[in-house]
Amino acid sequence: MSDTNEPKHTSAKQSKSRKTTLLILLVGVAIGIVFWGGFNTAMEATNTEEFCISCHEMEVNVYQEYTDTIHYTNRTGVRATCPDCHVPKDWVHKVVRKVQATNELYHHFKGDVDTPEKFETERFRLAQNVWSQMKKTDSRECRNCHEFDSMDYTKQENRSSQGHQDAEDAGLTCIDCHKGIAHSLPMQYDPEKDAPGRSEFYTRLQDPHADTSTTSAQE
Amino acid sequence: MQRPIASLLAGVALLAANVCAEEVSSLRGHAVTDDSDTALNKQTLALPGGFAVAWEEQPPMIPHPIDKYSVDLRQNGCLKCHSPATYEANKAPVIADSHFFDRDGNRTQKVAARRYFCTQCHAPQAGAMPLVENVFQTR
Repeated sequence: MSDTNEPKHTSAKQSKSRKTTLLILLVGVAIGIVFWGGFNTAMEATNTEEFCISCHEMEVNVYQEYTDTIHYTNRTGVRATCPDCHVPKDWVHKVVRKVQATNELYHHFKGDVDTPEKFETERFRLAQNVWSQMKKTDSRECRNCHEFDSMDYTKQENRSSQGHQDAEDAGLTCIDCHKGIAHSLPMQYDPEKDAPGRSEFYTRLQDPHADTSTTSAQE
Repeated sequence: MQRPIASLLAGVALLAANVCAEEVSSLRGHAVTDDSDTALNKQTLALPGGFAVAWEEQPPMIPHPIDKYSVDLRQNGCLKCHSPATYEANKAPVIADSHFFDRDGNRTQKVAARRYFCTQCHAPQAGAMPLVENVFQTR
C-alpha cells in the first residue's frame, strides 16, 4: 500500500542510497588501487638485484661468484638477475616465496652468515635447500627462459643435444644436471654422488655440520 | 730447419743471460698467454667420438670445450661425467683404472691425488693452424 502512496519519496531515498553505495564503491576501488599498487610496487622493489645485494651476505658471497658466470655476462647481453632464478614469476608462488623470505631477514639481522667463513659452513645446507626446491618445482624458474620445447637440438653441441634429449625422455629436470652454474658448489658436493636421476643431494642432511670438514672430491 | 732454431735458441739463451726473462720470444713471437693471440680466441673443437689416439698410452685429448668446468680445491668438474659412478648415465668415457693408484701402487678409493688435475695431461684442442709443419705419423 505505502509503496503506491509514496513513490517519489522512495525513489529519492533509493537514489540517495544508491549514490552512497556508488561513492563507497568508488572510494573503495580508489583505496584498493592505491594499496594494491603500493603493495605490488613495494614487493617489486624487493625483487631487484640492487635489493638482494644490499645485504652484504649476498654481495660478498653468492653475487661475486655469479659475476663470473654466463648468467651475468654473455655474448647476447641478456642477463638473468637474482630474482629471475630465485623468485617465482607468477603471483601466488611469488607471494609465498616473499613470505618465506622473512626467515632470511631474521637470519640476516641475527648475523648467522655474516662472514664468508660462516657462509661457507652453511653453504651445503643452503644449496641443498635450493636444489630440493628446484627439483620439486621441476625447475620452474629455469623454465621461465629455458624450455625443452624451444630448444633447437641441431644448434647444440653433440653432447648437450644428446644429454638434453635423454633428460627429457627420462623426465629429468634442469637442476638434475645443472648444479653450481651460477654460484660455487659447496666443498661437500661430490659429483660422483650426483649422477643424473640418482642424485643424493635433494634431501637435507640430518646434521648439516656433520660433513663440513671433508673435501669429498679429493683425497 | 734445425740450424736456425738452434741459433735462435742460442741467441735466446744469450739474451736471457744478459737481459731479464721477459724478453724471451717464443715461436709465436709473444707470450703464449698474450690476449692478442688469435689462437687463444679460437673456439675449442667439439668432435663427437673424440680424437684418434696417436700412440699407445697417449692421454686422450679432450674433444669438447671445458671452459665451463673447473678443477680446483672445491671440486673437479670432469668427474661429473667421467667418474666410475656417473659415466654410464652421461654416456661419457670413464677415467682409466690407472688413475686409481697412488705412487706406491696402492689402490685409492677416489681418483688418486696425482691424477686429480685432469688438464695436466688431457688437453682440449682449438681449431688453430699448427705453427710449424708436423710430420708425425700416427701408429
